[in-house]
Amino acid sequence: MGRKLLLEHVNVPGIETLEVYRKMGGYSAAEKAIKTMQPDDITEEVKKSGLRGRGGAGFPAGMKWSFIDKKSEKPRYLVCNADESEPGTFKDRYLMEKIPHALIEGMLVSSFALGAKTSYIYIRGEYFYVLRILEKAIEEAYAAGLLGKNIFGTDYSLDVHVQIGGGAYICGEETALLESLEGKRGNPRMKPPFPAISGLYASPTVVNNVETIAAVPHIINITGDEYAKIGVGRSTGTKLISASGHINNPGTYEIELGITVEEFIYSDKYCGGIKGGRKIKAMIAGGSSVPILPAHLITKTANGEDRLMTYESLSDGGFVSGTMLGSGGFIILDETACVVRHTWTLARFYHHESCGQCSPCREGTGWMEKVLHRIEHGHGTMKDIDLLLDIAKKIEGNTICPLGDASAWPIASAIRHFREEFEYHILNPEKVKDPKHFAHEPFVSSNVENA
Amino acid sequence: MAKVTIDGVEMEVPDGTTILNAARSVGGDIVPPAMCYYSKLEGSGGKCRTCLVKVSQGSTNDPRPMPKLVPSCRTTVMDGMVVENITSPEVLEARKGVVEFLLINHPLDCPICDQAGECDLQNLGYKHGAAATRYEEERRTYKKIDIGDKIKLHMDRCILCYRCTYVADQVADGDRCHGIINRGDHAEISTYIEKAIDSDFSGNMIDVCPVGALTDKTARFGSRVWFTKPMDAHRDCENPKCSGKVVVWEKGEEILRVTGRKDAYHEVEEFICNTCRFEKKKVSDWVIEGPRHINNKSVISANHYEHLKDIKEDIEKYQKQVAANINKA
Repeated sequence: MGRKLLLEHVNVPGIETLEVYRKMGGYSAAEKAIKTMQPDDITEEVKKSGLRGRGGAGFPAGMKWSFIDKKSEKPRYLVCNADESEPGTFKDRYLMEKIPHALIEGMLVSSFALGAKTSYIYIRGEYFYVLRILEKAIEEAYAAGLLGKNIFGTDYSLDVHVQIGGGAYICGEETALLESLEGKRGNPRMKPPFPAISGLYASPTVVNNVETIAAVPHIINITGDEYAKIGVGRSTGTKLISASGHINNPGTYEIELGITVEEFIYSDKYCGGIKGGRKIKAMIAGGSSVPILPAHLITKTANGEDRLMTYESLSDGGFVSGTMLGSGGFIILDETACVVRHTWTLARFYHHESCGQCSPCREGTGWMEKVLHRIEHGHGTMKDIDLLLDIAKKIEGNTICPLGDASAWPIASAIRHFREEFEYHILNPEKVKDPKHFAHEPFVSSNVENA
Repeated sequence: MAKVTIDGVEMEVPDGTTILNAARSVGGDIVPPAMCYYSKLEGSGGKCRTCLVKVSQGSTNDPRPMPKLVPSCRTTVMDGMVVENITSPEVLEARKGVVEFLLINHPLDCPICDQAGECDLQNLGYKHGAAATRYEEERRTYKKIDIGDKIKLHMDRCILCYRCTYVADQVADGDRCHGIINRGDHAEISTYIEKAIDSDFSGNMIDVCPVGALTDKTARFGSRVWFTKPMDAHRDCENPKCSGKVVVWEKGEEILRVTGRKDAYHEVEEFICNTCRFEKKKVSDWVIEGPRHINNKSVISANHYEHLKDIKEDIEKYQKQVAANINKA
């Protein structure tokens, strides 16, 4: 346990430069892949590794690659989704900032596997300084002949372009990203057709997260079978987790999928326990869109088994008593945090970021925010709680893209697990007027006692 | 050809037909309502979510049901597909939710809205909506703006169906200065820095608008729609792209309004030019063909002008009969 792949050399001074990166074994995977392997072999290797999309949905990457329309005469594209906007997630930024060549090497190998001659990195507007780092690294790679024409003396050529977004959360959704990349308004497209058939400029396209692409060279280096040995079951390999909230050591950590949640929260190697030795109240395991879990369901599943940091174990119990690994934005709330205020903040975010294309999300997110604002500020009524659940239910699954679901899940789960706290806000309007109402005097619910 | 069953009604439609169009080929109650889909505008549909249906069997080859409700206007049929529309409580529940979402920020100013009586949202609300609102907050408001000198945009009423942007793009000579600005529930239809729209076909935006957001400034507040007589009419239009086939809405001897001819699903048969729509308001400009049959179920479809047509036919029949009798004698 504790094997590192992506962040193995993160502390080597100068790792952001090509020289040091190559000294540490960088671009050996690209050389091996392009000189000695066939594109389909690489896809096969990625399939064997069991690598799953690291952006949030966890769809097997090799399978996604194999869907690409090989019969089409149009050019194929690889698009790297670096529009990391999920609240609580900052792993891609860390990786691109520290080891930009890890992404570029990944782009090179993946583009070769897919037969793409042009690839794009779509990076969010707020990461302007990361853009500078990436552009510098790309320049270095071009100068060294690692990008451009006839890479490694073969007839394979690749151009990588970085495109900066305008700062919209919705552009992290793959089809909205493609629209934005084409220079249009970032509205998600209806699916089907899926991007693998008709994506960027109506050509076959694969959109992958930064971490997924950066993991590919490691799979080539150690082989897919070896990669699949790391982790538990269908959750293979290592995953970057960005931990934040009321913990002693916030930051980005690389974990082997399969360590226990307890170890991740309390071990000094990772989060280092809860700040000030306070009690834990809630956990959000994979970025703000996933359901929130109360204290008694964090380290153990509903069946009493240890909860592991894997796709399967975190979603054990469905949405009733489970959550999702998502993008790995790990947020801990301690007993002094107010879940209602937290939920309202998230609702405000989704309201602000809804693209406004389909009615349930456009109108529903704003409505939920207003109702939550009312409850949080002591103007709520008991029927508001059921109203929220009903709105969430009517948004979920009825929208074009997953943003609707993402706005509904956190609210529905917060009410499911912390209903008492919502009721407390309604019954004690005087006490919740101070915005820091639980910071001084923790809210005691039956959930905390159960923990 | 693909065999599809919608609400127990079997039909055979060409491959590539959408569920909505398959249902429309049969007609009746099994047709899902559509607020944003417009068969004559490419790329429209999928946004309003009122036409969501349940696919309980994907196809003969893959009988698994689809995991979520699907927008029938954008989902193509497969051979052996089984679709539930009004027979599925889940669909009706979701549709009720969508209607509620569409109405929470709608001003509900039907009593002073020109579209009342022929409004898709009004019809949808009557059929699928709840009697009361659960929305207690302030509704969003915008300033009314003129887009071009003949069209008024009343953004409060807009349901963001995007139809008018497709008209600007596809019908009105690629007039790309008309589109959506902002995001989420602040999104609004706008012309590029309120630049006037001056294409010859821009008036069709008014016809495609399912609500009263876009209205004809030459006809606004002229009369309630159910007090006017819709008559089919035509003229030789100078514009080669315009057929000149319209419906004129008369009150007494006056033509109050000119629109395209709309079918049962409130879609125009042919787009008409701005000259026909805005400038030809004299009876002498038009050749009146006869009363218009309004298929769309709405207040005006209940009007009493239609039987004139039957009377005319009766009279003709009677005259022929009389003439025949005279000849015999």
